[in-house]
Amino acid sequence: MPDAPGLELLRGEIERELPGSVPASSYEHGCAALIADPAQIRAVLGWLRESPSHAYGFLSSLHVADYLPAEPRFGVHYELLNFNRRERLRVKAMLADPGEDALPEIDSVVGMFPTAEAQEREAFDFFGIVFRGHPNLTRILLPDDYVGWPQRRDFPVGGEPVTFTYNEHNRD
Amino acid sequence: MTSQLEADRTSEIMTVNVGPHHPATHGVLRLVVDLEGELVRELRPVIGYVHTGIEKSCEDKSYWKVIPFVERMDYVSYFFQMEAFCGAVERLIELEIPPRAKYLRTLFLELNRIHSHLVWLGTTALDLGAISMLWYCFRERDRILDLFEMATGQRMHTRYFQVGGVIEDIPVGFEAKCRKFVEDMPVRVGQYEALLDRNEVFLQRTKGVGIVPRERLLELGVTGPLLRAAGEPWDLRKAFDYLAYPEMDFKIPVGTVGDNYDRYRCRVAEMVESTKIVGQCLDALPEGPHIAEDRKYVLPPRSELSTSMESLIHHFKLVTEGYRVGPGEIYYAIEGPRGELGCFVLADGSAKPARVHFRDPSFVNLQSFRDMAVDSYVADMICSLGMLDPILGGVDR
Repeated sequence: MPDAPGLELLRGEIERELPGSVPASSYEHGCAALIADPAQIRAVLGWLRESPSHAYGFLSSLHVADYLPAEPRFGVHYELLNFNRRERLRVKAMLADPGEDALPEIDSVVGMFPTAEAQEREAFDFFGIVFRGHPNLTRILLPDDYVGWPQRRDFPVGGEPVTFTYNEHNRD
Repeated sequence: MTSQLEADRTSEIMTVNVGPHHPATHGVLRLVVDLEGELVRELRPVIGYVHTGIEKSCEDKSYWKVIPFVERMDYVSYFFQMEAFCGAVERLIELEIPPRAKYLRTLFLELNRIHSHLVWLGTTALDLGAISMLWYCFRERDRILDLFEMATGQRMHTRYFQVGGVIEDIPVGFEAKCRKFVEDMPVRVGQYEALLDRNEVFLQRTKGVGIVPRERLLELGVTGPLLRAAGEPWDLRKAFDYLAYPEMDFKIPVGTVGDNYDRYRCRVAEMVESTKIVGQCLDALPEGPHIAEDRKYVLPPRSELSTSMESLIHHFKLVTEGYRVGPGEIYYAIEGPRGELGCFVLADGSAKPARVHFRDPSFVNLQSFRDMAVDSYVADMICSLGMLDPILGGVDR
């Protein structure tokens, strides 16, 4: 992992190339994270991947966390890995909840990292985050007709009736 | 006219559904396959049949109650899930675990790796018609399960790792039994190789089948034996410093072309290397406590409960509310038997995690299945799926 000063240097370097793309960074428990502007996420990840001195070429995980009640509430995490330097770097894009039935949106990185295909679908499935440009953004683990985004913090646990065929026939 | 019919019979695309309940899919995996005669032209894995919402359920449990939950994701490598979760929480609360616990964890992780590879070898060889392999592999697997039972009381889903160390020290007699296993295992692996390595049918079914180049595997995020079989010597046990691995002497087996035969060779060689690690852990097992002393996070020993009021209070607090973890987030990845097993934990300061996410290697590796199987025969598709070694409990979580 880059240490805290290394992370600031890295942030400075990206900011010179792409002004305003990485407004903040955080360093906690030995984990370095860049907090990127969601509108420029592709540019930031592309720069980190292509820049010869950094070459974070491997996306090991893409996942989402719901920071409710903080605002913006959704954090899309990209866990990058540099094989040669054996360094991990997290890039985090914070998305606000647009409210009502609208879904938060961010650019898909499938073109850059094909591994994100299933993981973006999973994030869509559980958090309702729309990845613009994803080739097939459908539910992956839940049934296609499922309603709701169950991993959001305001989605209750349980309380879902079990659909036995008996219930189906005797439903009012 | 007749020739047209003949052409149609072989060139027409037929869509076939394989699974979800099918012994060759190694779990509840459904494959929608477009066939042109015997050839697979397109393939869509459909997953989610055993999704049980474990990640969501974890948000409703205090930290120590999450451990048995996460074990049940990938039900063949339960020690790894425990280590990923416990290690992540330990890093969040910055709790150092004692050296003996590090060694014990390493020992059980490696036994679990051998166990996982044995299940894989038995079932995959069974798919290819080598029925006797299943019995031989499960014979050794049973000895590992006996060891687990002896130390933890359970054969599977042991809840043995705790935040801070392991719940109990190994019992008297465990070491001797484990040493006997370490002695026998390389011989047994030799026997498996004798059964398979010179078996013409096995070689023809695996050599040159399911090749995916290294660069493509990296793009797809594939890790573990699949990546190593394609010639990339990437192993988190060597790359990052965790548990007792820096003190262990072992090699990373790598393949050359990345076909199914290399995948088989890599895993079999890994079993021998893991056996070596188990032996080294027994040799160098340090004395001392098996769990950290910090009473804010670790249950006090039972003997203290009847004499110390303070211990009783700690015990009560830990069991009823659980410990609180200060706000923060962590991603901790270890080398599971199938590749990078990562655990993301988001803590909000309460006694329950705000988010637990597992980066399951089976889930990510499954994306490479299309590359392995398209334009191969149906029979080879089944072989490739076995060699991919997905555990559907881990895929669906």
